[in-house]
Amino acid sequence: MNPAEVEERIRTLIEPFNKKGVAVEPATTFAGDLEFDSLTVMDFVAAIEDEFDIIISMNQQAEIDTYGQLVSAVHKLQDS
Amino acid sequence: MSETILKSAEAASAPERVDLLAKFDPIIQTREALLAAGVEDPFSLVMDEVLSPTQAICNGRDTILLGTYNYMGMTFDPDVIAAGQAAMQDFGAGTTGSRVLNGTFRDHRDVETALREFYAMDHAMVFSTGYQANLGIISTLAGKGDYIILDIDSHASIWDGCAMGSAEVVPFKHNDVEALEKRLKRVPEGAGKLVVLEGVYSMMGDVAPLKEMVRVCKENGATVLVDEAHSMGFIGEHGRGVAEEQGVLDDVDFIIGTFSKSVGTVGGFCVSNHPKFEVLRLVCRPYVFTAALPPAVMASSATSIRKLMHGGNKRAHLWENSRTLHGGLKALGFQLGTDTPQSAIIAVIMPDLEKGAMMWEALLKEGLYVNLARPPATPAGMTLLRCSLCAEHTAEQVQTILGMFERAGKAIGII
Ligand SMILES: Cc1ncc(COP(=O)(O)O)c(C=O)c1O
Repeated sequence: MNPAEVEERIRTLIEPFNKKGVAVEPATTFAGDLEFDSLTVMDFVAAIEDEFDIIISMNQQAEIDTYGQLVSAVHKLQDS
Repeated sequence: MSETILKSAEAASAPERVDLLAKFDPIIQTREALLAAGVEDPFSLVMDEVLSPTQAICNGRDTILLGTYNYMGMTFDPDVIAAGQAAMQDFGAGTTGSRVLNGTFRDHRDVETALREFYAMDHAMVFSTGYQANLGIISTLAGKGDYIILDIDSHASIWDGCAMGSAEVVPFKHNDVEALEKRLKRVPEGAGKLVVLEGVYSMMGDVAPLKEMVRVCKENGATVLVDEAHSMGFIGEHGRGVAEEQGVLDDVDFIIGTFSKSVGTVGGFCVSNHPKFEVLRLVCRPYVFTAALPPAVMASSATSIRKLMHGGNKRAHLWENSRTLHGGLKALGFQLGTDTPQSAIIAVIMPDLEKGAMMWEALLKEGLYVNLARPPATPAGMTLLRCSLCAEHTAEQVQTILGMFERAGKAIGII
């Protein structure tokens, strides 16, 4: 899957979690802009893991603050 | 004089000091707001006198204890006390040393023997607390490149064990067998897998579906560790915990437990049949780099563990208490953490922290102590009043407790 395809799928997955309808851009942060709490993070990560059949460990999650970082991390993980 | 000059010069050029405690201001404010509302501080209660496993003088009041983890009431058992007294007399007040140097006394060995007998397992290792047992075992078992897969509602000591090690940490939804299985299957080939589960989850008092979970772990080549802190002594035919109750104890690789609950003392442990288990004594830092528990604690613990092996009648009475309290609170209209009584913990769900603190205080004034639990310890940001029953609570005490809950609940407007 190329980065654009990955991005498109994640964009669909994030919708139900984006309660305030924030415009999602590469620099959008999960904790700040999207106001994800720890439970939301868990459900959202689980949705992505299931969609791409990957694991995003907490260690890897710690490196991901923004939407753009997530897309590139998922792209790398589903490639390997 | 030169000194003063130096000092003032420093003060002028020194960068402003960052107050490292400033990050806790929101917590200080929440607490102050709570106390300003006139509530007795739930986190600085003092037990002036402890009369029995179920009664104490708390903040000057005669109080029934319903939040102490003293499930089997062993704290005042005459044999347990006598064993501790004798050991203190014969071996002194403390060990002043690590288990691996000068801190292993006769009774440290004996309590490990008692644990091996209790669980019918080959190896036992005693730590200074259950917290340290999780910290040490988890961080030592799973190394770099390995995967720890754990329930999202795991106890703080399990999370801290993960944080202390260098493995990849992968949480899954609470008690969700399918979520666990999916993650197990996605772990890269060749990586070590440690699954960490609990028998009873202490916030809600619910039990894990260990039978299915352990099966899934075995099918996927994972090592399984189960923390039975809140089930030891009470759940299962021999009181070995939820894994025994669900018939999967033989497939669990490591059991973690504590002496601070049913055993009635303090200390933590790990038991296992793993043939290489003993090496952990040399490589597990929270075991090596801390002092061994006092001999009195070890002798009391060994006596308590051996008595718990024959605690069938007490276990039956504790189950009765749990069923009566659960059914009674439900009938009064309280919202509970579990639909059915699953353990000796019954969690009463409060609408919010403020109401929870008011209810906690109203109960204390009635003469009842329960645990007020709030985030981050609780799941989903809930405020809970946690009741933990004791085998020494009489049937009459349980009825008294229900009356206290009814009056307090109506006064605060929760029921
Ligand atoms: C599940 C669980 N594990 C471990 C511990 C730690 O036990 P200890 O009090 O011996 O440190 C506790 C108790 O707080 C617990 O609830």
